[in-house]
Amino acid sequence: MTLAAATDLAATDFAAATDLAAATNEHLANVSNTLIYSAMAVYTLAFFAYIAEWLLGSRSKVGRTAAALTADQAGKAGKKAAGPAVTVQNAGGTAVLERPQVVTRAAAGARDVPDGPGAHGGDEQGDLYGRIAISLTVLAFLIAFGGVLARALSVQRAPWGNMYEFNITFSTVAVGVYLALLAMKKNVRWMGLFLVTTVLLDLGLAVTVLYTASDQLVPALHSYWLYIHVSTAIFCGAVFYVGAVGTILYLFKDSYENKLATGGKPGRFATSVLERLPASASLDKFSYRVNAAVFPLWTFTIIAGAIWAGDAWGRYWGWDPKETWSFITWVAYACYLHARATAGWKGRKAAYIALAAFACWLFNYYGVNIFVTGKHSYAGV
Amino acid sequence: MSATRDTGARTDGRTDENGTGDTATRDAGDLGAAGAQLSTAPRETVMPGSFGGARAPGVTGRLAWTGREVIGWARWIWRQLTSMRVALILLFLLSLGAIPGSLIPQSGTDETKVADFLARHTTIGPVYEKLGLFHVYSSAWFSAIYILLFISLIGCIVPRTWQFVGQLRGRPPRAPRLLTRLPAYTTWRTAAAPEEVRDEALKLLKKRRFRAHLDGDAVAAEKGYLREVGNLAFHIALIVMLVAFAWGQLFKSEGNKLIVEGDGFANTLTQYDDFKSGSLFDTDDLEPFSFVLEDFEGTYEETGPNKGTPRTYQAKVDYSVGADGKEQKKTVKVNEPLDIDDSKVYLTAHGYAPVVTVRDGKGEIVYQQAVPLLPLDSNVTSTGAIKVMDGYKDAKGKQEQLGFQAFFLPAYGGEGTAVVSQFPALLNPVLNLAAYHGDLGVDAGLPQSVYQLEKKNMKEFKDSKGKQLRENLKPGETMQLPNGAGSITFEKGVKEWANFQVTRQPGAGWALAGAFGAIFGLAASLFIQRRRVWVRAVTGPDGVTVVEMAGLGRSESAKVPEELGVLAGHLYDLAPGAPDTPDQPDNDSPDQPGNDTPEPPAVPAEGAETK
Ligand code: HEM
Repeated sequence: MTLAAATDLAATDFAAATDLAAATNEHLANVSNTLIYSAMAVYTLAFFAYIAEWLLGSRSKVGRTAAALTADQAGKAGKKAAGPAVTVQNAGGTAVLERPQVVTRAAAGARDVPDGPGAHGGDEQGDLYGRIAISLTVLAFLIAFGGVLARALSVQRAPWGNMYEFNITFSTVAVGVYLALLAMKKNVRWMGLFLVTTVLLDLGLAVTVLYTASDQLVPALHSYWLYIHVSTAIFCGAVFYVGAVGTILYLFKDSYENKLATGGKPGRFATSVLERLPASASLDKFSYRVNAAVFPLWTFTIIAGAIWAGDAWGRYWGWDPKETWSFITWVAYACYLHARATAGWKGRKAAYIALAAFACWLFNYYGVNIFVTGKHSYAGV
Repeated sequence: MSATRDTGARTDGRTDENGTGDTATRDAGDLGAAGAQLSTAPRETVMPGSFGGARAPGVTGRLAWTGREVIGWARWIWRQLTSMRVALILLFLLSLGAIPGSLIPQSGTDETKVADFLARHTTIGPVYEKLGLFHVYSSAWFSAIYILLFISLIGCIVPRTWQFVGQLRGRPPRAPRLLTRLPAYTTWRTAAAPEEVRDEALKLLKKRRFRAHLDGDAVAAEKGYLREVGNLAFHIALIVMLVAFAWGQLFKSEGNKLIVEGDGFANTLTQYDDFKSGSLFDTDDLEPFSFVLEDFEGTYEETGPNKGTPRTYQAKVDYSVGADGKEQKKTVKVNEPLDIDDSKVYLTAHGYAPVVTVRDGKGEIVYQQAVPLLPLDSNVTSTGAIKVMDGYKDAKGKQEQLGFQAFFLPAYGGEGTAVVSQFPALLNPVLNLAAYHGDLGVDAGLPQSVYQLEKKNMKEFKDSKGKQLRENLKPGETMQLPNGAGSITFEKGVKEWANFQVTRQPGAGWALAGAFGAIFGLAASLFIQRRRVWVRAVTGPDGVTVVEMAGLGRSESAKVPEELGVLAGHLYDLAPGAPDTPDQPDNDSPDQPGNDTPEPPAVPAEGAETK
């Protein structure tokens, strides 16, 4: 054993020495587990409600996309975007005047396809089930949130010391992002079923394969940069995920529209589902916005990680596998943004890059922890 | 996306399938300069096939032609290298190229794993070695990718900055002839005079911090230049970060030093236990400083569920900077290094160093020292070796070497319990020693760990029962070696040691500044929208003033029509609709003299890009 190796050994033992798996608050940990299981149950109910919404929605046959794509476009009049109402004080009372309205035009060459009506397809009963599904999602989110909180309290630290905790936090944040977008009146309701399905898978994976009994954190993880770095990482991941769902649906909807535009006849199931989704252009814009909005935060996440590494390990960047994959993910998203800015790489090609970028993120999150050993390996499986 | 408008050439192959290609062409024509230069993104260039043109007869003609050809190609290559497409490809290659380094062991991080890998993979190993896959991030090909990328980046930034300065010095382009062709449009008729409307519009737009000017019958205004500033700042920040990082890699150094309480360290190469450095590092780069470890302090939770968890864990040091600097005090903790210029001193490990005294057969002290031992577990059960190399003679007066295999338990559980410590603090220290004599093998010239005994040429001391001599000592106790061979004493007052890592990474401050510059630049670039607004006010054929407003963003965005609506609302207050006209101001298809083409397709701006 060389001296360097010996001191290295000493350093590892130093980490071990302070990582005392002292008993943690068992009771709270159990409460947390119960809450997570309950959340899964409620998510399952929400899942069925979303299914009901989609099934009931299939009764209405709208076919707007086809209508839009086959109609004689030149004959259509410009549409008005709702302008802010201007109120003018008249002698004797207030009257809302006829006021100038803003007319908008699609970019030249864009397909002029209206957004689908959503999963319920305009069906009243379907809409009702959709609303029930959202209420259940809110409830499940609150329960899951409680579960994450109880876990945090039971280990007396932020709940992201291992992959189990990371997973439950991640899915909770993803649903939170979705609900926040809904609350902001964004057109995202179509996403419900897809999101809840994957959240159930994620939680299922968490409670079966990834479950880790609560324990203490190694001292290198004791830093406020951890809170900043990991919380933003989870948040970015959740947002990237929401963006990726949009991208995948964009690809489906886009090929559907392409098929219609070239006179093809898509299958019945595809028609029923895709008719109800927003137009491919809207989906594309949605995922672009989501990805672009969170990209600066992802940049910050990596920088916060580097600062933390500088304090904890004596170098801010060392090409540790986790660092490397964060970097790869970052460059891949930069690729995506560049692609969008370059003519000829927009649309489907850019969408594939976005998906590749998200795959990098996923690999960083699962793959690196499982297959690769590095300094981050203590984020135990 | 405006790239289309900027270049006036379509590259999107799908357009014509939708039958709107005509609109696009007409569009570009109608907008003219109005849509140009909304960004400074480079244009795609098409390769002409030959740059030389016609070749005049004779040698001179040939030379001239070759010259034109060479220059043409050089410019073409440069333009390619600085194009967005190549930047995209290089970015893509960069992320691909980074992958192998995360999957294959890297010599920079773990030399032993690389050796291991080479031993296990005899065929593929050498191939990897040739390809530089064991040091990807310093390999020629990886460097080539990022150097090309950064050449491309610089080649991109410089002209873009120029162009942007030009745009800032110029004025927003004049209103296009047909404002109805723009993505957001509104119009109304008013009793106010055209000049009045234009004046008010100019004031309104200026108040809203548009760069606005009156040009002919219309006001032209533009806002959101910070987007371009942010984008340029972001790309420049990337260069700053790369240079700072490269600088740090070349001049960095990192060394370890284990120090027992009371001992000191001066920052020179020879003092380090081990040392690594970057290729341009020079020993003169080591900051002159020194410090003494006054005290290591570790206290631990003694009861409850977190028993054994460190409560305080710190090293008190007295340090001085420079040859004869003032002595200062500092407490170094795990995430709180001691900062001296570019160097940082980290506390990376801790352990115990029992003080032992070895006497020879005549009772003379041949060895007295604090012996640092390495911790094995979380309760600091420690191990190491005590090597008495010279000065010792056995009972018969023969020169020999002594070795002791040592185990140290800061908290021994008592007689009958396993030889492991029960707690990390010094509650019941016990030193377990096994004694050997013979040849330590240190003279062979081979490097040897100070923590391990090379027992090949050592013989065990036997106790009275003929078994290996091994005893548990408490502080103050002595173990006698058989047959008057001497003794070893575990002195009272166990010392502690701390391991310090001294790293020097110049340029870290620049990297950090670049990083934050990049974030702010990026945020500005992604969240700020660059857009133009035109307000035209003319007297219509019937003598009533017609106001037209139109907005254009770098891309379709819901915000452009929204903002236009707000602006229109304000201007409408100042120039209200003309009363009692048969032609209502919100006419769906505002008629323009000479505009007899059918209305183009239009959609609500909702869900449009923010870009
Ligand atoms: C280290 C490599 C690079 C990274 C990480 C990077 C990253 C980015 C990002 C994230 C954006 C998005 C901002 C936006 O959409 O406005 C962007 C925009 C842009 N980049 Fe880069 N970039 C790199 C290299 C380059 C190079 C080499 C060029 C020149 C050829 C370039 C030219 C541009 C341009 C023109 C834009 C603005 C596009 C627009 O106006 O929409 N970048 N870059």
